[in-house]
Amino acid sequence: MYTRAVAITGVNPLPSAAISQSRGYWMGVLVKMSRDPIAIVSAIMLLLIIGAAVFAPLLAPADLYKGSMLQRLLPIGSASNLLGTDELGRDMVTRLMYGGRLSLLMGVIPVACAFVIGTSIGLIAGYIGGWVNMVTMRVLDVFYAFPSVLLAVAVAGALGPGMSNSLIALALVFIPQVVRIAESVTTQVRQLDYVEAARMSGASTLSIIRVHVLGNVLGPVFVYTTGLLSVSMILGSGLSFLGLGVKPPEPEWGLMLNTLRSAIFRNPWVAALPGVFIFLTSIAFNLLADSLRSAMDIRK
Amino acid sequence: MLSYIFTRLLLTIPIALGVTLVTFMLVYIAPGDPLNAIAPADAPVEVIDALKAAYGLDQPVPVQYGRWLLRAVKGDLGRSIASGREVAVEVGSAVSNTLLLASVAGFFGVAMGCILGALAGYWHGGVVDRGATVLSVIGVSVPHYWLGLVLTIVFSTWLGWFPAMGAGPGGSADWQFDFAHLRHLVLPALTLSVIPLGIITRTVRVLVSDMLEQEFVIALRARGLSNRSIFRHVAKNAAPTILAVSGLQIGYLMGGSILVETVFAWPGTGFLLNTAIFQRDIPLLQGTILVLCMFFVGLNLLVDIMQSLIDPRIARG
Repeated sequence: MYTRAVAITGVNPLPSAAISQSRGYWMGVLVKMSRDPIAIVSAIMLLLIIGAAVFAPLLAPADLYKGSMLQRLLPIGSASNLLGTDELGRDMVTRLMYGGRLSLLMGVIPVACAFVIGTSIGLIAGYIGGWVNMVTMRVLDVFYAFPSVLLAVAVAGALGPGMSNSLIALALVFIPQVVRIAESVTTQVRQLDYVEAARMSGASTLSIIRVHVLGNVLGPVFVYTTGLLSVSMILGSGLSFLGLGVKPPEPEWGLMLNTLRSAIFRNPWVAALPGVFIFLTSIAFNLLADSLRSAMDIRK
Repeated sequence: MLSYIFTRLLLTIPIALGVTLVTFMLVYIAPGDPLNAIAPADAPVEVIDALKAAYGLDQPVPVQYGRWLLRAVKGDLGRSIASGREVAVEVGSAVSNTLLLASVAGFFGVAMGCILGALAGYWHGGVVDRGATVLSVIGVSVPHYWLGLVLTIVFSTWLGWFPAMGAGPGGSADWQFDFAHLRHLVLPALTLSVIPLGIITRTVRVLVSDMLEQEFVIALRARGLSNRSIFRHVAKNAAPTILAVSGLQIGYLMGGSILVETVFAWPGTGFLLNTAIFQRDIPLLQGTILVLCMFFVGLNLLVDIMQSLIDPRIARG
């Protein structure tokens, strides 16, 4: 109806501000990001990597676990194996595609957990305030006193090797960071006049948090956690690289780097290949996070 | 000023205590019996009990923590379950190797980051700026353990300029300042320095370009100050923030060195932690983590004090 009116009269009946208003805040952010060429390129790159990982069972050219001792460490560009073979003669294209599944999960799951748990703790601590807030934040200060890699290695090491243990370790590293941001925003917002007004007009605590506080907290926390995605993936693959994460024969980029290390003298580029994918994914995550930050106009 | 430093010191004590508590509790989140590493599965009950008494594992948990803490304060971190040697001795040499690597890498990374960031901020939007931006994105995105592998491939296997592994010729673990040892330091330090490089470049770039537009800089320009003296003003204003970020980054680097040390077989804490984890040697794990964390806590304290010395407003606020 609206477009037809424009087409007929040739005059835009609504001022452009009203149009962008009607799309809502998050739609506006998306539109802004879609005008950023860097964001587009990184989104495409990320989609390709995710697609290859998700559709690995359909696309993979060879068997995931079956190798041949006669075809160990073939170079990149071999006729039968496009990206060569690993130390057990397994096809690298297949391993890399499947490897992306666990590596991407290593990036996403801990951050998602930290997002949910950290925001909740931060909201509660910030909203209640007083000694609850003080105690929560002082306890978290202790976790801040650990360098993050060390904390992840310590927890994963104490719990014992395994994918789920390293996911727990990573989430534990990120939760205090998210809590700190959620808490500081909540504490600021809680004292604003319109929150007071809502409280006076009889709104329940839950609806004040949901309607007035959460909306303010989600933005900064969301931007921060998207920045954590690449950290989480690098650390998660790093734990596998140390032998603390995913166990062989499952493919994971960090673990593949570890098992291929003995081959760096014989076939260096195949040995370095899994790292290239960690690098590319993490660059894409970081560039998207940067673009999101400037689209949401949050300065750090 | 003195009272600020004093308060800051006092505030560190509960944090340090909290760190010891978390480190101690690692034993209790670890599945299985810590004695599994030394006692055979079918050991008679009396032997197990005797071992438990010897390691103090028969006491209630708070008592164990208290004893452990008291001994740790005196510098006694117990004995390694796997090797039977004093943890403090093993940790001592490993930590000094890690700190050497971390301080060289940290210094190089922070210095390069400051220079690049300042240049990029000064010529905001120019070629240098673009280059620095790309470099900083690479710096924060690259998995450093992979970078270590790539550097080994290029500089050790291809060019043969630097050795690929170890801290000295013939696998020597003791550091000496001579040419052969320095050659071993180059690749791991370069790899590690990338961790702070990216973030510092980015921080300094934003700081400098923002500050150059502020009124006090315009006022200085109007008074006819040379670029050089304006730079001095900007540097002093940017220093507290740069210090804070550098402190955090160097802490991150101390942790990140675990991974890089594994790549280069550097005889530091990373190697020790690996041994501790895979042999389920909890005293060794606790000792290493405790010592590293205390260095980190101390570093943060130092950064805060230095910040307040540079910018007295921090102590007053």
